[in-house]
Amino acid sequence: MFNIVEKRRWYYAFSGIVLLICIGFMVFSAIDTGQPFRLSIDFQGGAIYEFQFDEPGATEDSIRGVFESFGEDNPIIQQLGDEEDYRWSVRVNFAEDQSSQEILTALEELAQLEEENESVEQVSPTIGREVTRAALLAVLAASVVITGFIVIAFRKVPNALRYGLCAIAAMTHDVLVVLGIAALFGFLLGWEVDALFLTAVLTVVGFSVQDSIVVFDRIRENIPKHIGEPYETIVNRSIWETIHRSLATQLNAFFIMIAILLFGGDSIRQFIAVLFIGLLSGTYSSIFVAVPLLVSWEKGQIPFLKGDENIAAQPAEA
Amino acid sequence: MRSHYQWLIVIVLLAAFCLWVALPETDGIELDFDSDGEVDFSFSVSESLGLDIVGGQRVLLRADIPEDAYTAADLEEAANNVSRRVNGLGLSEATVQVQGSTRILVELPGVTDEEEARRTIQQTAQLEFVNFSGVDSGTISLYEGQPVLTSQQVEIEQQRQALLEQQGGEADTAGGSDEAASDEAELTEVEGQAIAAIDTLFAVAGRMLPAETEQLEPLTRGGQPFETVMTGDGLSAAVAQTDGVSWFIEFELTGEGGDVFGPFTAASIGQPMAIVLDGILISAPTIQARLDTGGVITGGFSEDEAKQLALQLRSGALPIPLSVESFSKVGATLGQESVNLSIRAGAVGIVVVLSFMLFYYRVPGLAADGALIVFILLNLALFKLIPVTLTLPAITGFLISVGTAVDGNILIFERLKEELRDGKNLDDALDAGFDRAWTSIRDSNLSTIIICGILFLFGQTPGASIVSGFAITLALGLILNLFTAIIVTRTFLYIIVKGLFHDTIDQRRWLLGT
Repeated sequence: MFNIVEKRRWYYAFSGIVLLICIGFMVFSAIDTGQPFRLSIDFQGGAIYEFQFDEPGATEDSIRGVFESFGEDNPIIQQLGDEEDYRWSVRVNFAEDQSSQEILTALEELAQLEEENESVEQVSPTIGREVTRAALLAVLAASVVITGFIVIAFRKVPNALRYGLCAIAAMTHDVLVVLGIAALFGFLLGWEVDALFLTAVLTVVGFSVQDSIVVFDRIRENIPKHIGEPYETIVNRSIWETIHRSLATQLNAFFIMIAILLFGGDSIRQFIAVLFIGLLSGTYSSIFVAVPLLVSWEKGQIPFLKGDENIAAQPAEA
Repeated sequence: MRSHYQWLIVIVLLAAFCLWVALPETDGIELDFDSDGEVDFSFSVSESLGLDIVGGQRVLLRADIPEDAYTAADLEEAANNVSRRVNGLGLSEATVQVQGSTRILVELPGVTDEEEARRTIQQTAQLEFVNFSGVDSGTISLYEGQPVLTSQQVEIEQQRQALLEQQGGEADTAGGSDEAASDEAELTEVEGQAIAAIDTLFAVAGRMLPAETEQLEPLTRGGQPFETVMTGDGLSAAVAQTDGVSWFIEFELTGEGGDVFGPFTAASIGQPMAIVLDGILISAPTIQARLDTGGVITGGFSEDEAKQLALQLRSGALPIPLSVESFSKVGATLGQESVNLSIRAGAVGIVVVLSFMLFYYRVPGLAADGALIVFILLNLALFKLIPVTLTLPAITGFLISVGTAVDGNILIFERLKEELRDGKNLDDALDAGFDRAWTSIRDSNLSTIIICGILFLFGQTPGASIVSGFAITLALGLILNLFTAIIVTRTFLYIIVKGLFHDTIDQRRWLLGT
């Protein structure tokens, strides 16, 4: 049985580099745009117009002209899909009584619009602030509740809090990866962080903890079964015993997500991509971050945290 | 073994029921046991699709005045008015809800005319009949479209101020000794605020009118407000009518309205009277005769304007001016296209998952596939029974839950293989697989269910409502999965392995994926 846990310094180094790169993307984005990732109108307020022309004729400049004639100073204009789709997305500031119909009617003069394919979203800055506040609260609540949940679920295992904190470390790892990816894609493809993005992040948190718990649960079961074995061996055994499950489960989730990425609509693709990367990171981190951290901690290898070398040698109280 | 067959019957019946409910054409059933023509038992289900799928408009309105200047009942009344107006447009599917203490959410599925929707919803529609006696009728037509200061507007503002005072007073009763001293100062303050509030009122009304009217000073009678004789409350009915040339509104008066309007018109024959809507003069006819039961309002309306105003007058004025805080509009085909794509993607994904389970886990995989199909049917049926409003994120949440639903089975089957490798016989290994995997399945699913709870709460914020659908369907899937992954899979697997083909399978372990 290959000793996964033994090589933990390599995983820490790998994860460390990945996290540094991810944080680098966010810092880079923060320097470039003032935000660690592009925030959507959900959080900032603003308006997005998406429309599709039936025929060629409209250019970025002519579209800009239309929006500027309505007093929108800095429209952010993007073409969506293929060149021949003539599909556009324009983001402007929130103007309280700007009727989208007037703007769309003006756009109609550039080229025939596909009326059934229009979508408009206007969000006031007040709503944006409320969503931001609720989002921060949700993240905070999720961290607290999940830690509490793990501590309760593992209360019969020695050092329950330790399991909770290691799962949280893995979870933080996954969240940072997802945020870094958001920063990168924001820079490359103009992706924006919206309410659905936060949903994806929290869902990643849920599944990340779910993955960690499956391995932890096996450790919990193996401790009394293999009294006398070093903790590291028990942990390593538990990883191997659950790795098929981790991979098979992951694979099935990926089948669905890849199908949606390939065949699903545009509007949900970004959400699924974030979820996909997050789940990948979640499976990795449960095996290569959460569990090795448990061993490092137990051996007293984490600075400032006291370990106890002989925990597994003592009869477990469970 | 008998209990497994009993479970099988339950599961098959349940699955059949769910399949029936989930069929698109099922809308319920009505039974008449004793054939007396009366329905003894009725059960109806319906599919509920979100705006992002059927297309339509969603408008979040906010009270345009400070929160302590109106009561919860005012907001409720405003929502009822909006609701009556929206229904008057013939939109039975529309929903109007009060959200929190400042907002009203209006959802209009299938509506495409944005101008009409906005105006119908947002216009305050405070109608006033104003005493214009003495105003030179020769110049009066020049004032049409201009703001007018009336006694009613001042009074409304004073009431709001009083409410404000009252609430402020409750807050500092302990230290409120010098209130009397500042009475006079307050009065002027109230007047000042009245003007400010009227400005808001104009601002609200002004949106509906050509831009040039917005900046005008309100008309006054030498600095004093004009006297409001009667408001829209005095009307019992209002209908748009045409004489073939122009459109006007024919109204009938309530008893009380007649008691006020009759004597006033009798005393002012030959004098002009102003009809003011949301602070704007819409017409100023000369009173020709005593009006006790009704009359007409002219104002150079177009057909649409006349119909809309009549509708608003019938529904009553909004007690609170409302402003649009968020607005979204989705074209009907856009949503339908996304759904079709999602369904196609989901079908492909599900087929791949079913095949993977079958090829990788063989006979147990077959049982898991059966359980997964039951799982999908249960979900689809519950979407209609609860009902869950299906939005694009909600459908995605469901698909993700399908992808992760097999996790429970995988945990069990991996354990089964492990126990077999350890040399246990088939029956014991099967039991151990189900027993031991339970805590793992329960604890791991719970963490995501908890997250769904938090997401659902997050989705209660008006700007993030899109999140709720995802949280609901994902959580529902995870909870149902606790039942299907354990009980349904176990029933299928025990019947196949222990009941029907025990020896065949025991002799050919590859059938178990080992």
